[in-house]
Amino acid sequence: MTQVTTDAASGAPAEQRQDRGSVQVRATSGLNAPKMAIRNVEFFYGANKALKGITLDLPDRQVTGMIGPSGCGKSTLLRVLNRMYDLYPNQRATGEVVMDGQNILAPGIDLNQLRSRIGMVFQKPTPFPMSIHDNIAFGVKLHERLSKSAMDERVEWSLTRAALWAEVKDRLSASAMGLSGGQQQRLCIARTIATRPDVILLDEPTSALDPISTLKIEELIDELKRDFTIAIVTHNMQQAARCADQVAFFFLGEMVEVGPAARIFTAPREKRTQEYITGRFG
Amino acid sequence: MIPPTSRLLRRRRVTNAVALTLSGAAAVFALFWLVWILLTTIYNGFAALSPRLFTQMTPPPGSEGGLLNAIFGSGAIIFFAVLIGAPIGILAGTYLAEYGKMRPIAEIIRFVNDILLSAPSIVIGLFVYTLVVGPSGHFSAWAGAVSLALILLPVVVRTTDETMRLIPNQLREAALALGAPQWRVVTQVMYPAARSGMLTGLLLGIARISGETAPLLFTALNNQYWSTDLSQPMANIPVVIFQFALSPYDAWHSLAWAGALLMTLFVLMVSVGARFFLRARNQS
Amino acid sequence: MAPEMAEHIVKSFEVELNRLRALLTEMGGLVESQVAMACEAILSRDNAAATAAVETDVKVDALERDVEEFVIRLLALRQPMAQDLRLIVASLKITGDLERIGDYAANVAKRSLVLNQINLPFALAGLAHMSRLVQENLKSVIDAVGESDADKAVDVWRSDEGVDEIYNALFRELITYMMEDPRNITPCTHLLFIAKNLERIGDHATNVAETVYYAVKGEPLSGNRPKGDTSAYAVVRPNRE
Repeated sequence: MTQVTTDAASGAPAEQRQDRGSVQVRATSGLNAPKMAIRNVEFFYGANKALKGITLDLPDRQVTGMIGPSGCGKSTLLRVLNRMYDLYPNQRATGEVVMDGQNILAPGIDLNQLRSRIGMVFQKPTPFPMSIHDNIAFGVKLHERLSKSAMDERVEWSLTRAALWAEVKDRLSASAMGLSGGQQQRLCIARTIATRPDVILLDEPTSALDPISTLKIEELIDELKRDFTIAIVTHNMQQAARCADQVAFFFLGEMVEVGPAARIFTAPREKRTQEYITGRFG
Repeated sequence: MIPPTSRLLRRRRVTNAVALTLSGAAAVFALFWLVWILLTTIYNGFAALSPRLFTQMTPPPGSEGGLLNAIFGSGAIIFFAVLIGAPIGILAGTYLAEYGKMRPIAEIIRFVNDILLSAPSIVIGLFVYTLVVGPSGHFSAWAGAVSLALILLPVVVRTTDETMRLIPNQLREAALALGAPQWRVVTQVMYPAARSGMLTGLLLGIARISGETAPLLFTALNNQYWSTDLSQPMANIPVVIFQFALSPYDAWHSLAWAGALLMTLFVLMVSVGARFFLRARNQS
Repeated sequence: MAPEMAEHIVKSFEVELNRLRALLTEMGGLVESQVAMACEAILSRDNAAATAAVETDVKVDALERDVEEFVIRLLALRQPMAQDLRLIVASLKITGDLERIGDYAANVAKRSLVLNQINLPFALAGLAHMSRLVQENLKSVIDAVGESDADKAVDVWRSDEGVDEIYNALFRELITYMMEDPRNITPCTHLLFIAKNLERIGDHATNVAETVYYAVKGEPLSGNRPKGDTSAYAVVRPNRE
């Protein structure tokens, strides 16, 4: 089967290694206890297996960066974590993803409630065709009944956390479509954190943005990880290096290697990781 | 300015000139007839324009009159056609785009809808004639409205389906990722995003049905008098034009031209409105 | 740095990395010959070699600056990762060590010019032995740089203990000569410094070995290096209260 390099002692059987792994990882590299534990997840597009036996911990209130070439399964994994794949017939996942003692891949999970706890931000900014205020209120109203003043407070809170408040506070009732790309993406982040999720999934959140907007989002990620567990898929290795505490390298549906960002980018253990991050790919 | 040309370059220039001339001539040919039709309509129509058009009923042979009952009738029939066709069309289009997606049943509905879209309007007229006029025993404005609704329906279904499917899937997923149930995603996110496209489709559909004559001949027929009873035959502009233009009377001829001009202006207005919405969408 | 790796997708980057390696080996070769000339200068009392060794230092310094500039440019323009990053950072450290080795060699050469004017009443067998060992180590470590050979680097790292042992013996020997005859003090002092310089050259060679090992393997050469320099305690043991 696939040999995954983790910072745990290698050579032991997978489950055993992972169990010891999480302890050892914490002891040696300053990673927190897992918020989400992905165990042996496989994913199928019809008969096509897109993820092969993925086992990975997302440390609580830290950033996990997922890197790898296009089509390696990293975005697919994100879509497993909030069950977005459920929308499409022919797509299914096996294995377990345990969050707070509950397997979120189990049938019978309330998807709407699950998605309110696991927010997602997409590659291109996706503002809804409504006002800035309503963009944020949309998600909140789905799960909570707030008075107008409480809602206004929540809107201000989330826009402030997303470092957008100062730029939009005078035009909350203006259409969100009039914001710049970077602002729209920060609005999407604000909208996601407004429902106060536990986990935020970022799917290449800056690939459509200019460098300065990108840096603002990265600064924001750094700020947000105090309260949220974050997983970010990125094609930009420097970005993963800048943002992530833990980095996982995916290749052809397998997770080849995971470890603290500093180690992965200075001294990866796997040849494939090494070749990918130095730009020597076949 | 131009550097010495090779033979290849010269041949390209010649090919280009020939192609340009031919396509230009084709465009001029097509435009020529269109402009001729428009100019004739405007020339004859303006000559026939008078305030009486909007105050008097269609006259009996040999006397003067207006088009008031026909204008009202057309308006009423189109209004009810939209009232019946648009909601059904929008709901059906929503089903196709949001729920049916690529399922076989949705593909079959799309195929059938496309057939309906290109069905000759006279066939639809006959269909409504057998279904409504036959059993009820007489022509009626309701039957006219139903037949026009049937022509409008596939247009609205098609444009709603296409517009909603054109919206990036990420927007749909973004709303679902916040934990929104599908009906909220459709009504609160997808409809506002697709609004201008759907409105454009509806306006184009209205432009299409407002000129239809054949189905109305079999359904609403005509009425020389003022009538607001939808269960009775009702005057309408296309049928009035049809009858008056074929008559031997000059007064009727000029009323037919006036009706043609009014209808042309109406369609023009609606088309411009559609373009306006289309541009609003492209800008957002 | 590992030879079995595939070529870099960006060919110009591969070319630049190769150029960096070439600069390092060029500098290594230059320093190697400089040390050889300096040793030749004392052992064969060859003033011409001494002058040549001193003059080579200018070239070594220039090469160090070239490598530094090149490294900074690579870091800024290529944002290297993993092995490339390690190679580039290692190059910076290695040139620093090589430059120091060059300085020590120049100092040995200068002292040899003084020594060559004095008649020595004793043979320089110990120094010859030490210089041979240091040169061997230096050659091996420069080969290790050129070939990205971690094993060779570990060998150098271990064999520096031998250099230290000879240095201790030499230290005692020179002190004995000075005790026997005060006229020996001047040449012996110079010889002490020369021996110390050679010992320092050995230390820098082991630094280079450690750097090469990290660049190749991605982890520091662990464990305590066997340290054999006990000359500090050669005559009097420190009094620990």
